[in-house]
Amino acid sequence: MSSFIVQQAGMLSLLQDAGRFGAHHIGLTTGGPVDKLAFKWANRLCSNELDATTIEITLGGIELIAQGKSKIAVTGADVPLTINGKMKALWRSHYVNDGDVINLGFASKGMRAYLAVTGGFQVKASFGSAATVCREKIGGLDGGKLNAGNVLAITAVDPARINSSNVILVEKHRPTYSTDIVLRTILGYQQQNFSALAKQLFFNSEFTVSEHCDRMGYRLNGEKISANIEGILSEGICAGAIQIPADGQPIVLLNDRQTIGGYPKIGSVIALDTAKLAQLGQGAKISFAQISIEDAHNINHLAQCLFYNTQLQQCD
Amino acid sequence: MKIEIAGENALILYFDDKASPEVAAKIYQAQQLIREYCAEVLIDLIPSYASILVIFDLFKCDHLYLKAKLQHCLNKLQVSNVMDGRLVELPAYYGIECAPDLAALAQRAELSIEEVITIHQRQEYRVYAIGFAPGFAYLGDVDDRIAAPRLATPRMKVPKGAIAIADKQTAVYPSISPGGWNLIGLCPTAMFNAEKEPTMPVSVGDRVKFCQINKSEFLALGGQLGDQLRDQLREQLNEKLSEQR
Repeated sequence: MSSFIVQQAGMLSLLQDAGRFGAHHIGLTTGGPVDKLAFKWANRLCSNELDATTIEITLGGIELIAQGKSKIAVTGADVPLTINGKMKALWRSHYVNDGDVINLGFASKGMRAYLAVTGGFQVKASFGSAATVCREKIGGLDGGKLNAGNVLAITAVDPARINSSNVILVEKHRPTYSTDIVLRTILGYQQQNFSALAKQLFFNSEFTVSEHCDRMGYRLNGEKISANIEGILSEGICAGAIQIPADGQPIVLLNDRQTIGGYPKIGSVIALDTAKLAQLGQGAKISFAQISIEDAHNINHLAQCLFYNTQLQQCD
Repeated sequence: MKIEIAGENALILYFDDKASPEVAAKIYQAQQLIREYCAEVLIDLIPSYASILVIFDLFKCDHLYLKAKLQHCLNKLQVSNVMDGRLVELPAYYGIECAPDLAALAQRAELSIEEVITIHQRQEYRVYAIGFAPGFAYLGDVDDRIAAPRLATPRMKVPKGAIAIADKQTAVYPSISPGGWNLIGLCPTAMFNAEKEPTMPVSVGDRVKFCQINKSEFLALGGQLGDQLRDQLREQLNEKLSEQR
């Protein structure tokens, strides 16, 4: 069976599948890739199921040594990828042979890269998922990030899948990671506790990503948005929910969010856009645009169609 | 009762604006109905004090379809059945060596330590919500006489199994974690075990009663007064002493 040995782990490299679902009632969060689109593309490039386990690499800086033959693809943030010191393209698959050194430098654009391997990494599922949530010490490698010396087992596959032609996602179909984005938002939850003026301010202001931005949530700085209540009875929090604490600075909650909380929420950002937010770091500018839930559903269905109708091209 | 939009794939059902045993019983029933009637579109459920968040697959249905299904579930609720939910007994060792805040809580309440213990274990609590950490169950309501505000400075490390009070709620810490609740004892029952099925001894809507046990019973039930706990408490004591100096 093939595997990779972790030579350098980078700052925060986590094994992630699509996420953990159905365990919120015992307090477990979702985990999984914060940029789901890049994650899905990485798996498709490796001809995997779309939820196969990949490595989510925050900021880059990882080096792996291959044991046995395999095929990899890296998507997401712009990181310099080399195999045995030779520069290789992102958003395409590459053959990897026994002893090859795979290196990812530091990201120049975007924050998170996804490294998929044909077959996916082999991880014992916890509560139905391999997703790593460090805070809960669950999933991945004993619930923790990758460390130098770890051996990452790869699920064995038919060699024909590894030997099949390499494929590439041509540039015009790739997502771009701009540092100035608009987050499409549905009003919801305690929206009635925000005055018309507060909502106007919220949708017409520019916010900056603060230093407090991680897989749990992104805290923003900007105009003070006030609710007419300070707190609520703790209730379930969905992905993308926008909490407004007493200081009026919004927090957009992501994959590792706490399952329940007591801050008022003005609504939620759609997942297609939290994926873009999660590629941004401190100082990036963002704003919010109001859409209806019907719009959100249309947008999701169209994005799904686009994903499935976009063909990968064969390359050498 | 109302149903609101939470996100692109989530609706939230509000049963009331405050928690009560009646509301907890309704939520207990409703979540079972939702699991049954909405199974094919359901991704996850989060029951809490007075609400249930329902996360659905937006590629299988829209919010209007789900809303109608949820309304159907609510119509089926049998409100008379307040005694729903299992009764779970949790052993509690209120030994002073593992209850660093018990004396202060008693003093503040102008009660003896024994009275605080009696009041705490006499009450039958409802599991109002589970969250904060895997297996952390919020139990209420604590008798007004022993309700106590959170510590001004939360502890960096609360031991696993710590029985605690904050305002009108009580809980058992499922694992070592930071926390600002008042610690009044230790429970030897594992509140979260990823290897076991079920993972937790309680779920939202259950009723919980603490039963006092002595030290040897606590140890016999697998409770630990290990070095770790002793070291932690010593550390905290030293901190206090150095503050006083």
